[in-house]
Amino acid sequence: MSRTRQVADQVDPKTGQIVRYAPATRINHWIVAISFVLLALSGLALFYPPLFWLANLFGGGDVMRAVHPWIGLVMAVAFFAFAAKVGRDNRLQRADREWLRRIGDVVRDQEENLPEVGRNNAGQKLVYLVALVSMLVLLVSGLVIWRAYFSDYFPVDATRVAALAHAAFAFVLILTIVVHVYAGIWVKGSLRAMTRGTVSPGWAWKHHRAWFRDVTKHSTGK
Amino acid sequence: MALQSLDIVRRSATTIAPPQARGAPAGEVAKLIDVSKCIGCKACQVACMEWNDLRDEIGSCLGTYTNPADLSDQSWTLMRFTEHETPQGDLEWLIRKDGCMHCADPGCLKACPSPGAIVQYANGIVDFHEENCIGCGYCITGCPFNVPRISKKDHKAYKCTLCSDRVSVGLEPACVKACPTGAIVFGSKTDMQRHAAGRVEDLKSRGFDQAGLYDPSGVGGTHVMYVLHHADQPELYADLPKDPQISALVKVWKGVSKPLALLGIAAAALAGFLHYIGMGPSLTTEEDEEAARRELEKPS
Ligand code: HEM
Ligand code: SF4
Repeated sequence: MSRTRQVADQVDPKTGQIVRYAPATRINHWIVAISFVLLALSGLALFYPPLFWLANLFGGGDVMRAVHPWIGLVMAVAFFAFAAKVGRDNRLQRADREWLRRIGDVVRDQEENLPEVGRNNAGQKLVYLVALVSMLVLLVSGLVIWRAYFSDYFPVDATRVAALAHAAFAFVLILTIVVHVYAGIWVKGSLRAMTRGTVSPGWAWKHHRAWFRDVTKHSTGK
Repeated sequence: MALQSLDIVRRSATTIAPPQARGAPAGEVAKLIDVSKCIGCKACQVACMEWNDLRDEIGSCLGTYTNPADLSDQSWTLMRFTEHETPQGDLEWLIRKDGCMHCADPGCLKACPSPGAIVQYANGIVDFHEENCIGCGYCITGCPFNVPRISKKDHKAYKCTLCSDRVSVGLEPACVKACPTGAIVFGSKTDMQRHAAGRVEDLKSRGFDQAGLYDPSGVGGTHVMYVLHHADQPELYADLPKDPQISALVKVWKGVSKPLALLGIAAAALAGFLHYIGMGPSLTTEEDEEAARRELEKPS
């Protein structure tokens, strides 16, 4: 049996599972994720002397210094394409305030006390926003401190501001991604959305009920 | 530049303590450049090229004696010429030998992320060990005097070594050796300060009221010092900074923020781990699937 193409936000007629991310979006996400890990490892080696040994993972300090910005460019292209695609689902709304106020229920896994969540919850939207801002700052500041090509065109104080901003926003982004990754580990059934593209109807019902209703209204179930 | 037996008191991006048992009993060294005695012959520039085996590209004349136009990986010292008109209407030709100042508190060393790429010896010389340099250029960002340059050929940072190789075997730097007027002298820092005091007195007696020694305290003093006729206006000498300091931005960037940031990241990861251990995973149960199925089968 040949597989039909997965379309996001629809029930997969063959399996009865709900498609959350189309294949192209998933591939894009993993390009960002892998680049991010490489950038964080190489960046931390430069940032914190006791971690300089991480440079060996890249074949030495000078190789690492040379490849970091190029990986950054790859990630920036992939990330902004990804962000453009999922941006619509990440606008903060009034109901998100209530969700954030009840963050205690979120971490205690008592979702029955929370307002019904659409495609993304307030936490996911915040991750999107922080990532968007951080990536922009990291890209611009990263270009300014890229000594091989650009730094010489800027006054030295600009490179100082950029170096500080780059380190600060790398810290903010790494913290955010720690939370993001942990959410994916904690909430079982989520990771599948980014590996195989689908989530179970029960998962959608439990965590994103408004989205579940929306999706099932428009597509024919099994 | 060269590895040698001089004692290292500071090493970039290194957390282990530097060796401290051996000091520099003879005191710290310094090079004193008496701007008022310099005739701009550039013998020092040539001597630097010759001793260090440097050959800069032949550039073009930009209508000034300053040649080449800037410091580079091949030009570690450079005479900068300024035509200055005094309030009395006299023309003064100010000539300053530019290059690394060998700060007691070096901004380059503070900024460098690569262990052992920049060191400071007990005698005060700040030296780059290029075999450890990764070419990031952070030293340029950290330097208050705009001195280090990255080579386009090997992507490593270069600057004046104060001839650490010569000094370590008891010779004076090549530029000092070559200077025909005695404008550049070398010795212990205290001797050089004493010598400078005599020169300043002489200049004052000749009408340069503001003559003085340039040994800026903002960077803990330097191991290359100037005698200036206008010590109140060092900017006259091709923008020599009046009160050089390691930029506050660099201090924040390279300060306690680093261990704190790492602690923050570790704490976040630990919080997640403990949450998982305490709470267990958030599972989608059979009841959830059942509820979803009921909803799906509801006639719409
Ligand atoms: C968006 C594109 C990016 C570009 C163009 C870029 C560029 C750079 C450059 C040029 C440097 C200086 C070292 C070198 O020359 O290799 C650097 C350092 C660094 N980068 Fe990036 N980078 C980017 C993204 C990132 C990301 C996403 C992270 C975080 C995960 C990151 C973390 C760091 C850190 C921590 C440092 C060291 C900062 C310090 O020394 O304090 N970079 N980056
Ligand atoms: S370029 Fe400068 S800061 Fe970077 S490793 Fe080399 S000496 Fe250190």
